[in-house]
Amino acid sequence: MIRQFTSAEFFFLVSAVRWTLLLSAIAFVGGATLGLVVALARTSPWQWLRATAGAYILVFQGTPLLMQLFLVFFGATMVGASVDPLAAAAIGLTLNAAAFLGEIWRGCIQAIPKGQWEASTALGLHYVTRMREIILPQAAKIAVAPTVGFLVLLVKSTSLASIIGFVELTRAGQIVNNATFRPFLVFGIVAAIYFALCWPLSLYARHLEKRFGTVSR
Amino acid sequence: MLTPAPADSTPAGERPVMIRMAGVEKYYGTYHALKAVNLDVHQGERIVICGPSGSGKSTLIRCINALEHHQGGEIVVDGTQVGKSSRGLDKVRAEVGMVFQSFNLFPHLTVLQNCTLAPRKVRGLAPKEAEAIAMKYLERVRIPEQANKYPGQLSGGQQQRVAIARALCMAPKVMLFDEPTSALDPEMVKEVLDTMISLAHDGMTMICVTHEMGFARQVADRVIFMDKGEIVEEGPPATFFANPKSERTRTFLGQILHH
Ligand SMILES: Nc1ncnc2c1ncn2[C@@H]1O[C@H](COP(=O)(O)OP(=O)(O)OP(=O)(O)O)[C@@H](O)[C@H]1O
Ligand SMILES: [Mg+2]
Repeated sequence: MIRQFTSAEFFFLVSAVRWTLLLSAIAFVGGATLGLVVALARTSPWQWLRATAGAYILVFQGTPLLMQLFLVFFGATMVGASVDPLAAAAIGLTLNAAAFLGEIWRGCIQAIPKGQWEASTALGLHYVTRMREIILPQAAKIAVAPTVGFLVLLVKSTSLASIIGFVELTRAGQIVNNATFRPFLVFGIVAAIYFALCWPLSLYARHLEKRFGTVSR
Repeated sequence: MLTPAPADSTPAGERPVMIRMAGVEKYYGTYHALKAVNLDVHQGERIVICGPSGSGKSTLIRCINALEHHQGGEIVVDGTQVGKSSRGLDKVRAEVGMVFQSFNLFPHLTVLQNCTLAPRKVRGLAPKEAEAIAMKYLERVRIPEQANKYPGQLSGGQQQRVAIARALCMAPKVMLFDEPTSALDPEMVKEVLDTMISLAHDGMTMICVTHEMGFARQVADRVIFMDKGEIVEEGPPATFFANPKSERTRTFLGQILHH
């Protein structure tokens, strides 16, 4: 029995946006936290730590996000832990985002001139102080624009969580489409909503790039 | 203000040794950058190092505060071995100030913050104390009025004077200078050299890599000439410039003194 596409269906779609946003937020906060660790490991003085972080990045950048979500979701089920789809998607996206943010931020850290390291080392500052007071504040300026740019990608990536059954915007679209059988209309609206979420972020990223694009020296 | 000047009557060579480099070897990969370098620097002594590009001058002074790690021989700074323990390394770095060719001020911090950071974090001074010391040295390099500006708002000469003040705020026992005036416009060289000269007159132990031979003549106790990773020749400026012993030194001096 095919239903009509009414305002109820429309609001069902719109209300699913909060799950997309929630998942994006969790993955971003988690990914940023873990990503900072990855970036610091990648730029650390210890070879084994750099190699470990490098392997992590290689694996998560080199395999499809969808497979990572599957592995987290079904992997957890296999060991007997029942994860709900939100948790599985959040974990998968966090691990993935950490690899990408880690790599972006590694570049930002390494873009800080060697003289800054040398001057702070020569002053007797220790690694933690050097990082916190000298390197990271300068790297952060360069990092904001590409980080917001990555956030746009992350919001769109959350649509893959639909495949493991998490009802975010895309999954809501599939549900509505199954009932109304108006794919073009439904997915057109879904796409438009994603666009409405991402476009301001893209604009913001471009604005930030203009503002921080050149590091003040 | 600084380390009290050693009694001028004591010749530099008879004062205690501040830095001892004995048979120091340094490799970059397979490239032999320092070859059996021996150098004793006494308290209050002013050394000028010169030599052609790539001869190892920077490498030599960067080994003293372990910005580069040496592989053979030993370096002892004020009784502490460099490279033996990380505690020793901390001690050496806290006591050795360094000034770079490219200033290397922290662009996101004000001049005052540049000067107070290490005293606060390394020496554990309270912010007020650190600021008082910073202002003292900023006055010393004659730019106290720039304290709240950012490095990017200063001229090159001013930036280099801030860099000197920043190093002095740690009350170092030794100051290392790596071509401090080479990146400066000619009209700013003098203000930096004057700062260094006044530092020398206060009895600071200094090692300066520089091609400013006027400065060497005026303040150096010893001039050292390096070539291909070796100390080729050394001596007081009067004899060094008047009667260089080695052919390599003569060639080098001929090049830099007549251009
Ligand atoms: N990090 C490094 N890796 C490899 N080789 C290096 C490194 N640093 C310096 N070298 C090499 O070691 C040699 C000595 O370099 P150093 O910087 O000490 O010379 P310098 O006398 O200071 O020269 P300049 O007057 O150009 O500053 C050079 O041949 C240089 O190419
Ligand atoms: Mg050099």
